[in-house]
Amino acid sequence: MIANEGLATVGIVYETVIGLEVHAQLLTASKMFCQCSTNYVNAPPNTHVCPVCLGMPGVLPVINQKAVEYTIMTALALNCSIPTSAKFDRKNYPYPDLMKGYQISQYDMPLGIGGWLTINVEGNEKRIGITRVHLEEDTAKLVHRLSPERIPYSLVDVNRSGVPLMEIVSDPDLRSPEEARQYLIKLRSILQYLGVSSGIMEEGSFRCDANISLRPQGSSEFWSKVEVKNMNSFRAVFRALTYEVERQEKAHREGERIVQETRGWVDEKGMTVSQRTKEYAHDYRYFPEPDLPPLTLSSAWVEEIKARLPELPDARCHRLISQYDLPLYDAALLTSSKAMADFFEACLMEKPQRAKVVSNWILGELSHLINVEGIEISQAPITPTHLVEMLDFIEEGTLNLTIAKEVLEEMFHTGKAAAQIIEERGLTQISDVQELEELVERILAAHSQAALDFKAGKNQAISFLIGRVMKETRGRANPTLVNRVLKEKLEKGV
Amino acid sequence: MALSREEVEHIAVLARVGLSEADVEKFREQLSHIIEHFEVLRQVDTEGVPPMAHSVALENVTRPDEPSPSLSADQILANAPEKDEGFFKVHAVLE
Repeated sequence: MIANEGLATVGIVYETVIGLEVHAQLLTASKMFCQCSTNYVNAPPNTHVCPVCLGMPGVLPVINQKAVEYTIMTALALNCSIPTSAKFDRKNYPYPDLMKGYQISQYDMPLGIGGWLTINVEGNEKRIGITRVHLEEDTAKLVHRLSPERIPYSLVDVNRSGVPLMEIVSDPDLRSPEEARQYLIKLRSILQYLGVSSGIMEEGSFRCDANISLRPQGSSEFWSKVEVKNMNSFRAVFRALTYEVERQEKAHREGERIVQETRGWVDEKGMTVSQRTKEYAHDYRYFPEPDLPPLTLSSAWVEEIKARLPELPDARCHRLISQYDLPLYDAALLTSSKAMADFFEACLMEKPQRAKVVSNWILGELSHLINVEGIEISQAPITPTHLVEMLDFIEEGTLNLTIAKEVLEEMFHTGKAAAQIIEERGLTQISDVQELEELVERILAAHSQAALDFKAGKNQAISFLIGRVMKETRGRANPTLVNRVLKEKLEKGV
Repeated sequence: MALSREEVEHIAVLARVGLSEADVEKFREQLSHIIEHFEVLRQVDTEGVPPMAHSVALENVTRPDEPSPSLSADQILANAPEKDEGFFKVHAVLE
C-alpha cells in the first residue's frame, strides 16, 4: 500500500471515499434466459422453475429482449455511452444458490459505460460518475434453518434464479454516507421514472453493496477498502457507512492496518463484522458465454430506445420550478419519488395557482404520515381528489388548519372523502360572527385578568384568550374571525 | 508450457475435486499436454483479424418478454437427493 498507512497518525484530516454497486431486478414479465414468470414473490418455493433456470445440462438460454432494452434505457438515462457491441460471459463460482455453478453476467463488454448522475450536496449539484451498467441473472434464494437437534442446514428456492438483474457501478466519487444516501435516492427514482425496476430495497428488488476507504484529505491515492454487504434499507446503508468511517478512522489514528475484506452489516447490533470465510481464491475464470451469440447495438436501435425515454427526475424538477413557480427545495423533494410528483401534479389539474399550498401539504403532513407507515404515497388510500376537496373546504372557510390536519390523517388511513369525515365528526368550522361574539364574551367574563393585562399593554394576553376560545370549540372556531372579534371586544372595553 | 503442482492444486480446489498426491502429478502432465495444443494454435497469424466472442456468425438472438408455464414443484424436485418443505435441502451454508 502506501508509506504512512499503518503508522500512527495524529492531526491528519481524513477524507471518505465510497463507491456503490447497485443490483436492481428488472420489471420484466419473464426471466432473463427462459420463459418462467418473474412474479414469484408470494409463490410457494420452486413453482417458477424450468430446466433452463434450474441449470439442467443441455438446455439453451435465450436472451430476453426487453431486459436488454431496459438496461440500455437505464444506461442512457445515466448518461452512459452505449458500445456498438456487447456480450455475455460466464462468471464461475461454486455456491448452492447458483444452479449452474456459473452466473451469466457481462465482463468486459457491458451494455453501458462511463456515465453520471447528479446529487445535491449542500445546495450544489455534484456529479457522481457511473463506471458501468450491465445485465446478469439473479441467483436462487437460500433459507437457513436449524434442525431440532440443532444441526444447521439450508433450503434452496429456485424461483428467483434467472430473474433479470441489472448492475450499476458508481465511480468512487462519493465523499460521505449522506452523499451515498443521496445517490441511492436519485438512482432509485431514475429507475422508477423509467419503470424498469420497483426499487424496493426492503423487498430485495434493489440491493446495494458499498466499497469504502479513507485517505488523507487532498490525496489522490486509494487506501485499502472494505466491501460492506447486507444493508437492507437506505437507513441501513447510511448507518453502516457511518459506522465504517468511524471504525476506519479510529484504526488509522491508532496505527492499525485496515484489512481489505468483506464486512457484513448487522442491523440489530449497529455494526459491521468481518465476513472472512475460508480463504479461497476469487478466481471467476470469466469467459464468453458460448450459448449466447453477442449483441450488436446498432445506432438505430439505441436511438429508438432513447426516443422512448420518459421525463426524468432532474428534468421534472426543473419543469415544476418553471411551471408552478416552486422553490428548488420543494421541487427536488417532490420529484425524488415519481409517485409523489404524480400525486402533486394530479392535485393541480384545476387550480395550478395552488401549487405551493399543495406542496406544503404533501411535503409536510402527508410525508409525515407516509414516513410513519413506511410506504409510498401511491400505496395509501388517499387520492389527489381527496386532498383537493380538503383544500377547497379550507379556502371556503369550512375547515381551519388544525382541523384540516385531523381530516387529512383520517383520509390518509381510510380513503374517505373530506366531506364525509367533516359530516361524521361534526368538524365544520364556526364562522358565524354572532355565535363567536357570544362565545368571546363568555370567555372574557371568565378571564377578566387577561383582558386587563391586554389593556395594560401585554399583547400576548390575546394569544391566551384565542387559545381558550379554540379549546372551548375543540379547534373549530375560525381563528381569523376569533382574532377580529376579540380585538373589537377588548378595544370597546366589554 | 508446463503447469506447476500448485496450479493443478488450485484448479482442483476451484473444481471442487479432491486429488491424491499421485493424481496431482498425473493431471499436471495431462493438463500441461492439453495446453501445448494451444501453443500450436497460438502460432497462427491473426494479424488484422478482429477478435471474436463466439464461434458462429450469429448476433442478437433474442425472444420477446412473454412468460409461459413453468414445471411443477414436484417435477423440479424429482432429482433432488434431499428435499424439505418444497425446497432443495443442502448442507448448511454460512451467510
